[in-house]
Amino acid sequence: MDVLDQSEIRIPRRHTGRRKPRWQPTVQEALKCEKSEKRRTSAIMLGLSIKEVSAALREGKLSATELCRKCLQRIKKTRHLNAYITVTEELAMRQAQEADDRLLRGKPLGPLDGIPFSVKDNFCTENIETTCASRMLRGYCPPFNATVVQKLLDQGAVLVGKTNLDEFAMGSGSTDGVFGPVRNPWSYAAPYRTLSHGTDPDSDWVITGGSSGGSAAAVASLSSFLALGSDTGGSTRNPGSLCGVVALKPSYSLLSRHGLIPLVNSMDVPGIMSRSVHDTAIALSVLQGRDEKDSTTVQAPDSHPAALPQEFDVRDLCVGVPKEYHAPGLSAETLSQWTRVAAMFERAGARVCEVSLPHTQYSIVCYHVLCCCEVASNMARFDGLQYGHRSAVESSTEALYATTRHEGFNNVVRRRVLSGNYFLLKQNYERYFVKAQQIRRLITEDFRRVFASGVDVLLTPTTLSDAATYSDFIQEDNRTRSAQDDIFTQPVNLAGLPAVTVPTSLSSRGLPLSLQLIGQRLQDRKLLAVAHWMEQQLDFPLIRFHDEDDVQDTKSERNRDRERTSGS
Amino acid sequence: MAASCSGSSAILHKCVPFKSMCNMHQCSGVFIRRIWTSGSKCQLQPKLQSKSASQMVGVVALEIHAQIQAKSKLFSSSRVGFSAPPNSHVSFFDASLPGTLPVLNRRCVEAAVMTGLALNCKINTKSLFDRKHYFYADLPAGYQITQQRVPIAVNGSLSFSYLGGKKRSEVMTKSVRVRQIQLEQDSGKSLHDDQRSRTLIDLNRAGVGLMEVVMDPDMCCGEEAAAAVRELQLILQTLGTCQGNMAEGQLRVDANVSVHHPGEPLGIRTEVKNINSARFVARAIDYEIQRQIEVLESGGTVLNETRAFDSKTGMTVPMRDKEGLQDYRFMPEPNLPPLFVYEGVDTVPDGFDPAHVVVIDRLKAQLPELPRVKRTRLMEEYGILPEHSFTLVNEDGLMDFFESVVQKTKMEPRKLIGWVIKELMGNLNQQNLKVTQSPVSPEALAQLLNLLESGFISSSAAKVVFQEMWKAPEKCVEQLVKELDLGLISDREELVKICQRVMDAHPDLVKVIRGGNKKVLNKLMGVVQKESKGRADPVQLRNILEEMTS
Repeated sequence: MDVLDQSEIRIPRRHTGRRKPRWQPTVQEALKCEKSEKRRTSAIMLGLSIKEVSAALREGKLSATELCRKCLQRIKKTRHLNAYITVTEELAMRQAQEADDRLLRGKPLGPLDGIPFSVKDNFCTENIETTCASRMLRGYCPPFNATVVQKLLDQGAVLVGKTNLDEFAMGSGSTDGVFGPVRNPWSYAAPYRTLSHGTDPDSDWVITGGSSGGSAAAVASLSSFLALGSDTGGSTRNPGSLCGVVALKPSYSLLSRHGLIPLVNSMDVPGIMSRSVHDTAIALSVLQGRDEKDSTTVQAPDSHPAALPQEFDVRDLCVGVPKEYHAPGLSAETLSQWTRVAAMFERAGARVCEVSLPHTQYSIVCYHVLCCCEVASNMARFDGLQYGHRSAVESSTEALYATTRHEGFNNVVRRRVLSGNYFLLKQNYERYFVKAQQIRRLITEDFRRVFASGVDVLLTPTTLSDAATYSDFIQEDNRTRSAQDDIFTQPVNLAGLPAVTVPTSLSSRGLPLSLQLIGQRLQDRKLLAVAHWMEQQLDFPLIRFHDEDDVQDTKSERNRDRERTSGS
Repeated sequence: MAASCSGSSAILHKCVPFKSMCNMHQCSGVFIRRIWTSGSKCQLQPKLQSKSASQMVGVVALEIHAQIQAKSKLFSSSRVGFSAPPNSHVSFFDASLPGTLPVLNRRCVEAAVMTGLALNCKINTKSLFDRKHYFYADLPAGYQITQQRVPIAVNGSLSFSYLGGKKRSEVMTKSVRVRQIQLEQDSGKSLHDDQRSRTLIDLNRAGVGLMEVVMDPDMCCGEEAAAAVRELQLILQTLGTCQGNMAEGQLRVDANVSVHHPGEPLGIRTEVKNINSARFVARAIDYEIQRQIEVLESGGTVLNETRAFDSKTGMTVPMRDKEGLQDYRFMPEPNLPPLFVYEGVDTVPDGFDPAHVVVIDRLKAQLPELPRVKRTRLMEEYGILPEHSFTLVNEDGLMDFFESVVQKTKMEPRKLIGWVIKELMGNLNQQNLKVTQSPVSPEALAQLLNLLESGFISSSAAKVVFQEMWKAPEKCVEQLVKELDLGLISDREELVKICQRVMDAHPDLVKVIRGGNKKVLNKLMGVVQKESKGRADPVQLRNILEEMTS
């Protein structure tokens, strides 16, 4: 079937310059398009915020099917990014049509009705392949929707596809999945192409970060207005940061994990990615709350409205800056952003103070032990008997198990399973698991103490620097990379706190730099209010691609790359 | 079984070739032979042991898995049903589809708390769930959710009785410590099709709630263990927390058995599994005690292993697939918060609906009359003996039968109990019937006893009628009495005639009586009763004979 508009779309070469607050095309600008300008305006339309596009849908200035078609076209145009594993074209068009029917009757389901979104491929989607980017689950179609997916569908949001990731969300680059690495859209954007002096985009492209790299790339490249990621040690915030999108890791237990294929149950949270804090807040209000299917969920603390306060006074705010986050390897540029934003808060009247989180340094090793243990346990169900990959070796049940698991999992998963089982052995349990849990408590206690002393939010870097090129990134193995890249994000998961990353500016290489705000448990709304204020003061640009030819060129390269990955 | 399995394979999940299991079967055959040769040399009855062997005694601890009687499973909403079509009661969670999470069934928690209270346990107001890992085809998640660290109930006791002594009519009472009761998931079932060398999996049972009752090694033989199992079964059935049918696997008994010389440390134990009736509990344990004694006496060592009881041969054999010590790699279950139960409604924290939490006091108030209390009540209420009340409660349905007869007759319960225990149970046992299958209904027995009580028939005649009622349940009692001509002879003249006839036939006896030996009168009475088919009223008969021989 072919529902796509066949006309060529070119990505605009230039935006209307910088403005304050953050650059946004007006709806009128986006919609008063003549046919000759169609290509240009479609990108502008895709760059609108959810709030704006939702208003346009209600006012009938735009149809949901048209919007959906544009997103699907954008997905095709950006296929070289390898952001999507599955594109649900047919379903999306059907959902969009239903949204249009409701919109025509003047009865939209809510602010997300007709809004295209994508979902990381470790959330179950009913009758839609859910792979976890693993050979183990290739071809697996769950018979149910994850609660967070269902909630978005119930709001009329339009699912355009399932996004790429590291296998079973284990990684920080989105480079270790069976479908190959995800490319950062900013690799093909004007600033990077200009500043990297015209080197070959096929070899110098940068990674998205991970493990929710596909979701981050989808939102950053304007093919989805909203994407779900998952965040266990930073998997939503890390790629959010490197791709220049707003990425929220909500408080543990605020969002249901039912249908999220687990990495570490006690740390996993569905993450929200969008291009503005406001859009994130809309999604959060839809997704949060108790779910009978997940016993660890709690009721959202209060029934606050979806909208964030327009005027937020930071003068009553105390912003903590943890001294331990001045970590080795922190780039000068990230540090200067950190300093700049802290100063910005201070200038606006907030109290900025240095705080100490002494046990943060142990977070990596603690996380490593707990993560491997739960991975070993969670992966035990993949034995080839009921679903997923099944080896042809059937000489005995044990041989069937062993070869199925060997063939189905990549090295990263297998190593974590092995380590986890070792840590859980009776003779090792006290030495590793129990000790790690004790350290986890100390880390949690660090945060509690700081917040009890009057700090409202913590301001930290999200990543050490801007995105690395793929060729640099793969110089180190997954384990080393995860340990390096998660240091600012992971303690938050151990403590169950909410954290959001907000892009601040482009680096000297033309790549996004971001900072993280950490809030108190279940105070996600307050955290977003602060993030919203910060976003308004900053001036982060919308992506603009270098030119269409770059996109064309990379296609062949991408295919080569994919063959190589799947053939190995 | 293989045929039925392959027939329904279309609705089964997957079939797995299971070569290793086939190997096991072959190997266990070898073991059977070996043990047979060593074991056949001596008698397996403990009472016939040689002197040196009798110095060693058995030590028995039980681990009992009781399937919780509930509409749905422990962590999912799929139904619980025995003998449903394979894989018809399987939720996404039961099949361990990735992304599914456990949701605790309150009914199962209440059942465990009630059972804990009935077994005098301390109920832990906060308990925890753990994962126990092992790979097995009918354990789809690769781990079982159980309560290893902090179970729901601890430190209880179970007192039980059995009939012992010389005539096996004396009530012996003992108590074992109950270490803990833990909630856990049942596994699925593997059906091995040896012919096609494959295994079929049925997940209907996977995830059904179990209470594992762990007892301390306080017993010494099969009989005690069987009595303890029976008492637990009665308690669970009374509470309604488990149906307790061993043949259907609702109650599964694993026995940890070792032997030692009294006063010395406990010996190495084996775990005996696959015991599926109360009768086999005693047989399996006694066999295993005897086997271990023989192994040790012949200079061998007992291996710490899992053995299966074979009900056909009455022996235990090693289970190959459970060989070696497993490391279960226990880990806290991260998807379930701690399980809180509350002492009273007043201790339920704000924000929780007391109707939706488990409150101990509330359950305590709902506890039904437990078997022990019931036995005491029966003794006091009806003036019956301890062994009678024991039998009444321990035989399924017998107490109801008894009480129903009591209600319908004028006969003293104390007299009536003999009819129920001796006549009714004697006949039932002889024909291997349950009380509910008795051809004689409580109503019919009551009618018979009323005839006896009103003096219409004699006691010996009543026994004859009872046997006839057993054979012809469709006939009413009066009809049988009439047909058999067993009504008491109320006509004095007729009795005198019979007596005269008997006295004429036994002049020697009459002579002895007249000579002063009154005891011989009884003998004469017996002959008359025989002649009259027991239709003479004994008191009246004695009077007549005394008159006639004086």
